[in-house]
Amino acid sequence: MGAMRPLQLDVNGDRLETAAPAHWTLLEVLRYRLGLTGSKQGCDKGDCGACTVLVDGKPVLSCLTLAATAEGSEVRTIEGLRPAHVQEHGSGVDPVQDAFDRCGALQCGFCQPGMMLSARALLDETARPTREEIQKALSGNLCRCTGYTQILEAVETALAESLGDEPERPAWSREREHVREETL
Amino acid sequence: MAARDIHGTEPPWGTFKVVGKSHRKVDGIAKATGDAVYTDDIQLPGMLHAKTLRSPHAHAKIVSIDTSRAEAMPGVHAVITGADLPIKYGVIPWTPDETALATDKVRFIGDEVAAVAAIDEDTANAALELIDVEYEELHAFFDPAESLERDEPQIHDNRKRNNVSKHVELDFGDVDTARETADLVVEGEYSFHGSTHTAIEPHCAVAKVSPDGVLTLWSATQISHYVHRALARVLEWEPQKIRVIQPCLGGAFGGKSDPFSLEFCVAKLAQKTGRPVKMLWTREEVFYAHRGRHPMQMTYRTSATKDGKITGVDAKILIDGGSYSSFGLVTTYYSGQLLTGPYAFPAYRFNSTRVFTNKPPCGPKRGHGSVQPRFAFECQLDEVAEQLGVDPIEIRRKNFHGEHTRTVNGQRITSSGYMECLDLVERGSAWRDRRGKLERGRGLGVAGSMYISGTNYPIYPNEMPQAGIQLKVDRSGLVTVFSGANDIGQGSSSVVRYLVAEELGMDVEHVRVVAADSDLCPVDLGAYSSRITFMVGNAAIDAARKLRGQIVGALAEHWETDPSNVRLVEGRAIDLDDTERVLTTREAIEIAEAKCDTLGATGSYNTPTLGGDYRGGTIGASPAYSFTAHIVEAHVDEETGRITVPKVWCAHDCGRALNPRLVAGQIEGSVYMGIAEALLEDHRVNRFGLHSGPSLLDYRIPTAIDTPEIEAYIVESIDPEGPYGAKEAGEGPLHSAIPALANAIHDAVGIRLRELPFTPAKVLAALREKRESERSGAAAAAATGTTGSKAMDRRGDLG
Repeated sequence: MGAMRPLQLDVNGDRLETAAPAHWTLLEVLRYRLGLTGSKQGCDKGDCGACTVLVDGKPVLSCLTLAATAEGSEVRTIEGLRPAHVQEHGSGVDPVQDAFDRCGALQCGFCQPGMMLSARALLDETARPTREEIQKALSGNLCRCTGYTQILEAVETALAESLGDEPERPAWSREREHVREETL
Repeated sequence: MAARDIHGTEPPWGTFKVVGKSHRKVDGIAKATGDAVYTDDIQLPGMLHAKTLRSPHAHAKIVSIDTSRAEAMPGVHAVITGADLPIKYGVIPWTPDETALATDKVRFIGDEVAAVAAIDEDTANAALELIDVEYEELHAFFDPAESLERDEPQIHDNRKRNNVSKHVELDFGDVDTARETADLVVEGEYSFHGSTHTAIEPHCAVAKVSPDGVLTLWSATQISHYVHRALARVLEWEPQKIRVIQPCLGGAFGGKSDPFSLEFCVAKLAQKTGRPVKMLWTREEVFYAHRGRHPMQMTYRTSATKDGKITGVDAKILIDGGSYSSFGLVTTYYSGQLLTGPYAFPAYRFNSTRVFTNKPPCGPKRGHGSVQPRFAFECQLDEVAEQLGVDPIEIRRKNFHGEHTRTVNGQRITSSGYMECLDLVERGSAWRDRRGKLERGRGLGVAGSMYISGTNYPIYPNEMPQAGIQLKVDRSGLVTVFSGANDIGQGSSSVVRYLVAEELGMDVEHVRVVAADSDLCPVDLGAYSSRITFMVGNAAIDAARKLRGQIVGALAEHWETDPSNVRLVEGRAIDLDDTERVLTTREAIEIAEAKCDTLGATGSYNTPTLGGDYRGGTIGASPAYSFTAHIVEAHVDEETGRITVPKVWCAHDCGRALNPRLVAGQIEGSVYMGIAEALLEDHRVNRFGLHSGPSLLDYRIPTAIDTPEIEAYIVESIDPEGPYGAKEAGEGPLHSAIPALANAIHDAVGIRLRELPFTPAKVLAALREKRESERSGAAAAAATGTTGSKAMDRRGDLG
């Protein structure tokens, strides 16, 4: 183990002090020092995007970021999306998280913390992203379960609802109108 | 036995209140917020970290291992080798040929040799460098044809014949006469390459031993029950003192359905050190663990009459199994047994041989064993249609085997919505207006398929239920479901929630699910063969009906009315005779508990007797089959050879959509995965046996930009034996994506690609060959292409 380095990190609005080997990445410090295990390790070399966190509002691969270089920046992880939306009795989530849940985007869920943070960053930055812009913004986050379709629908649903629009219905549900009537 | 009851397909209380609606998943919000705990999220006090030493040779004897330098390293707590875990195991009890760590030889580059537990990962990795292993290299096999023919050296000892892992030859009807009397015979050789699962969560296991000797293993597995059994066997430890828990799982697709080396290693290291031990495999190690799609070399001969009726199918398949058996016995059967629908043909023969090679072991990947033959056969069907001048959808309709029938190999077919699947994709893609009429380079192709909803082959022979559910009732009005099923992201825990809520007339949020913990949950056999919705679903209905009987009986007594008057609907209990009498579920439960004693129920499911009356006849015998049709649109760039797929239409008959959004998600994920392995993915080794690119950069799985637009259609044939009529949805919709793409490429540019993956180089070569044969005037050959069209010449060798 290398020499320990003290770290002062601003994570989800908290100023946190810890220490870790100097070569540890931000992902390792978040997961194994601070207990913020929502950020996932899928490849540990910047290929999959499961470790994506927001550093000063921008999506960053925390597995390729030395923890020490995040000092002085604002780090936001998946655990940091919820607090602003907490309602009475403690429920409530970010609209992106809620849309991912409702739209079926969370199959195994492992890639989704990174995916949702990429989506959050896009929606914070771009007023009305097109589907192509959403695909591009999420293209650094690999998902193996969904074929991305319900993820794209989730982002578009969160976007539409934030603008007060009616989200578009997915193809499978449009086609099912008559089927349901027959079988119920 | 209640397990074999058929529960009916009708809603319990007039109309469905829960089923058929797109409810949230039971674990959705936990996954959305980062609260869900996956195996690597588990941190225990004093936990050690373990790493694995792997073989640098594809095939070698281990002459000696010296671990003394590693053991002496500060921070190292234990080192184990094959000598510590010598007992063989394998997911199929008839073929136990794996050890947790190599005992005498290594069989592929990446095979596990030793494991170290240390204070942290860096120390464990450094200690691996200090383990001295002396190897004596052996001839390595990378070509399955060589494994078939050469007997020395044997990759596994005591094989009956050369390096053959399994051979199956089955004959139904008279294939030879069918061919001799046919108006048309289409022959071809097809090659399916290897692909792997690449679940985004790497394999991980954590073990802990309590002072009383109870070993707890948390593992990213989709088969907790088999892992439990294998641990007891290999550790020679009482199974009652082993608890296996599957935490939240980050995807599997078949890649976590064997017992893996790391599970035994962390358990042994925890026993040796008395401390918790974790092992997290790197992405590179996951590629070595593999168990992915078997490469297959296939020769098919399809006979047909001039009006397009298929009269016989003759197949010969060489399967590259890699270095261990895994599910290979089943794979070899599935390669033939699952082709006999959705079309009726009176004669069928398959001759499948799985051989060992010195490559990462193959196993079950989504659509286990049947995706490869389906590719070959659906391409042949397209050629039959082409040669007879029949529309490719029409030829599929013409040969449809119907509902409630039996296949040529003796499998019972119940419901089938295949014709509706064809109708939907035909309409959705505007097939009649567009096929054959698109501009050059653009084409549409169709294919269909069938898949199992579990089978009646329980892996280890026993008479016990294949699925079990237990219900526990709280006075607050909460029902907790204990389910042995492994939720791997497909939503099996959500499905049991919906079914129990439906049966008990409860709000879905008042039903919680505890799953895949061997101390708490009744046994389920695991998440494989698309068995869970059908089997665990039926078990859940069975348990809920028993509990409902207790509650309804108690209320009938309380209200002095007939039980048939008592309804449990939408969180309330109602007396139909006197609608003034309404109780909340909670009040109803209190009355029932007072009258019946502590409430609870168990439920189970076992398949009826199924399958053909011959050796292997139960393998692939399913209580219900799902059906799928795909139409793929392909664009082929004739300059670069690059294929793009702008859109796929996929209709899938899942019996009944218990949650249509989850079904759509399975269809979309399957389509994505099928197109990906056809165009982008290639799991292979180089000439030294070294993996060609064990990373998510080199092994190219598609991004959000690469994935086609997918139009999913849900067909509900309402199966008589499924839970409210449901069948599988997770694997079927992958199969026909690949041949539909191949057929679309033919429609686009007139070439038949018979060798996967469809790389630009192969496209260009086929286009060149087509041009040359057109130039030389061999127009007839060009119409069907020539790549791989050869007579079957190997049959005699295997007989």
